[in-house]
Amino acid sequence: MGYQSVSENSHLLSRIAAGDGHGENSSYFDGWKAYDSNPFHPVSNPGGVIQMGLAENLLCLDLIKEWIKEHPEASICTEEGLNYFEAVANFQDYHGLPSFRQALARFMGKARGGRVSFNPDSIVMSGGGTGAQETLAFCLADPGDAFLVPTPYYPAFDRDFCWRTGVRLLPINCFSSNNFKLTKAALESAYETARKNNIGVKGVLMTNPSNPLGTTMDRDTLKTLLTFVNQKRIHLVCDEVFSGSVFNQADFLSVCELLDEEPSYDKSLIHIAYSLSKDLGLPGFRVGVIYSYNDTVVKCARRMSSFGLVSSQTQHLLSHMLNDDDFTSKYLAENKRRLHTRHEEFTSGLEKFGINCLPSTAGLFVWMDLRQFLKENTENAELKLWRVIIDDVKLNVSPGSSFRCTEPGWFRVCFANMDDATMHVALKRIGDFADKVKDETTQLQQKKRFNKKLRLSFCRINDGGITQHLMSPHLQSPRSPLVKASH
Amino acid sequence: MVVKVYKPCVPLSAIATSSTHGEDSPYFAGWRAYDEDPYDATTNPSGVIQMGLAENQVSFDLLEKYLEEHQEVSKLVNGIGGFRENALFQDYHGLNSFRKAMASFMEEIRGGKVKFDSNRIVLTAGATAANELLTFIIANPGDALLVPTPYYPGFDRDLRWRTGVNIIPVNCNSSNKFQITKQALEEAYAKAKKADLQVKGLLMTNPSNPLGTAMTRPVLEEILNFISSKNMHLISDEIYSGSVFSSEEFISIAEILEERGYADAQRVHIVYSLSKDLGLPGFRVGAIYSYNDAVVTTARRMSSFTLVSSQTQKMLSPMLSDVTFTKNYIKTNRERLKRRYNYVVERLRECGIECLHGNAGLFCWMNLKPLLEEATTDGELKLWETILKDLKLDISPGSSCHCTEPGWFRVCFANMSIETLDVALSRFTSFMEKRRKT
Repeated sequence: MGYQSVSENSHLLSRIAAGDGHGENSSYFDGWKAYDSNPFHPVSNPGGVIQMGLAENLLCLDLIKEWIKEHPEASICTEEGLNYFEAVANFQDYHGLPSFRQALARFMGKARGGRVSFNPDSIVMSGGGTGAQETLAFCLADPGDAFLVPTPYYPAFDRDFCWRTGVRLLPINCFSSNNFKLTKAALESAYETARKNNIGVKGVLMTNPSNPLGTTMDRDTLKTLLTFVNQKRIHLVCDEVFSGSVFNQADFLSVCELLDEEPSYDKSLIHIAYSLSKDLGLPGFRVGVIYSYNDTVVKCARRMSSFGLVSSQTQHLLSHMLNDDDFTSKYLAENKRRLHTRHEEFTSGLEKFGINCLPSTAGLFVWMDLRQFLKENTENAELKLWRVIIDDVKLNVSPGSSFRCTEPGWFRVCFANMDDATMHVALKRIGDFADKVKDETTQLQQKKRFNKKLRLSFCRINDGGITQHLMSPHLQSPRSPLVKASH
Repeated sequence: MVVKVYKPCVPLSAIATSSTHGEDSPYFAGWRAYDEDPYDATTNPSGVIQMGLAENQVSFDLLEKYLEEHQEVSKLVNGIGGFRENALFQDYHGLNSFRKAMASFMEEIRGGKVKFDSNRIVLTAGATAANELLTFIIANPGDALLVPTPYYPGFDRDLRWRTGVNIIPVNCNSSNKFQITKQALEEAYAKAKKADLQVKGLLMTNPSNPLGTAMTRPVLEEILNFISSKNMHLISDEIYSGSVFSSEEFISIAEILEERGYADAQRVHIVYSLSKDLGLPGFRVGAIYSYNDAVVTTARRMSSFTLVSSQTQKMLSPMLSDVTFTKNYIKTNRERLKRRYNYVVERLRECGIECLHGNAGLFCWMNLKPLLEEATTDGELKLWETILKDLKLDISPGSSCHCTEPGWFRVCFANMSIETLDVALSRFTSFMEKRRKT
């Protein structure tokens, strides 16, 4: 059905609507579009694009499915659960079902090895992690204010934190030289830059475990951060959405654990964003959580949760599931184990091809180092390489520039959203690509050596200059002729 | 014990510290009184009866029966096939089947008089989110929306709080049964202009909350002409469309648009929800239907902050697509609400209380002007307190709905059993008898 479109009415939309704060023009989403138009399927489309740009956890859905089957009373549409239907369907209190809040508090405590205890009364619902971030921004900052965020960071923060709120995100730059760890110097520098530009900094937004790095913050870094926000008297929003997806190490250290360590630490500055989309693999159920140590923020966020409450049907189901201690213990342990196995397989597979990833112990992805394949050390070169990976290698991975990484050549590659067979197909494709590049680089270098001899014979007079140029690191890094060949 | 004193930190946002959340209104104070002392037939027969909550509990049995008889729904939701896909499904387009089901249901409610294209439906977690989202899209901070009074108190929060948009009331009064007039529209518009506010749209509720009346054709035509002439948007909140007592009496803005060949339709956006007609407020199912492509696209992107749970979409799709079921549900629900409404109005009339003649909704608009000590907002609030403290009835004072005429109250009747309703009505009867004696 088409309607008369009156062109002069296009100005009738708000600035928020007319702008591109929705972020969908980012390269992060371009790869998804390529996948959508040619999705891999082992039988019907084995040559299609494999989706490695979506941080989803499919590895333990069988455990959840099994639990639901064994507990029909937790679903309001089964025979066993139907007697709950009316009460649940009618329940729209923005405090949420008490049993649901208790279940969430228990689960979150368990994911932190029982070392943190969460108060169910400080738990507030939101429309997924997306809604949690936006609500916190609305509570803590005014339009024009800024939060500092370590790079690289999850691209959708620009939409979640900034789009409708008018709040800004300013980068705290991190570098591979120290494995992208957050430093005091970087924090101070970012803060100072904001101050010089007359921008009011209201807080720091961090993700721990990190997306896209897959690393967890160590004790020193967390303490540096806590000291910093306390000194500046600003807020700390910690997105711990991957807290239940930590593997390959004893335990995850949450910022919550350190709050009592120093008398100077003011708890009322600390706010946690969480969701069940990653750890439980249930993004469709839209379960976001805000946990704040600040009662005023809890109250305000709770009122705002009216704009994004969790379906009572879902609250009912999950309150049963997450209050089942046996199940949650088993689930968290098994999730760790399967993620660890998958991570090991994937990274060791990559290592065989000479591709390294940042050492990581958490998350649903790796931070892959493809700097060796870059034609030049620029964002453009990274995007060109990325297009090759999508169009020729047929993998949707996410380029580091979409995460505002300061250094070109890094890519986030998700590994938990597919089965083993698909992962092996992806590895094979990467391996083939790496081999091809090596062959072509070798050929190109041979060709260059030949050309070099020719050039030198013409340029004996300017010998010093030319030789210097030929010896620059720029020319000695292998080039990907596939970049030139790309359409 | 050492009390830690910290230096002041950066303040919370202006939004956080404002009171535009609206919870200080008597509308919510009554809810709190109820929470502290809720009526229960056996354990607390003298407790407060909640008549301030517009919920529909008269037709749950129909829904439960459907689910009981269609156990394949539970298999669909929990799993033989498709659990994984559903658990992962976070596409802001929503499940195709669910959007189609919503379109079908909305068409059924309108007696098949209009067609809805499911591709124009954007899902949100409740109408609360839908109204806020549309406001973000059509207005900038500092702009204004016109809203006819009396209106749902929650609009003060939904339309203004986080958006920074203003509401300019379009005042209606009992002289013409609170209908919206051209004059009232022009007056409101002029007021906005004088205050240097840009009016970006009109938001109306049809059928009206709190009046319980469906808008007439001439008024709808007038409104469409007005918004076109002033180059603004129109949001038609039709969340009570399935609760009009007789289907002939509800005219959706969609019908008028169709009759006009959809001229200027891209200004119009309809809001719907399953919270009232189906009595499912807990499930958070709201929808925006827009005739404007840019609004549909933007609304869809914004719905990322407020998506409907995929398992809820899955559970409700079969039921809402089942035309046999929906036809019967809509007809039965209407009949039951009509019966209740007539019963309440009759009982109130018997003890000397009149209501506005209504034909829709889950409440009646009660006229207690004769009981006011003084015809002012203060007088009204005094009476409201008396009713809350002495009669133990939580009803909503008209002033909380921005009614300019003191003495009107919204009284909900569909959120309780008939036995509880009888208790509430007898409390009114006793109160009026006592007054007559003194």
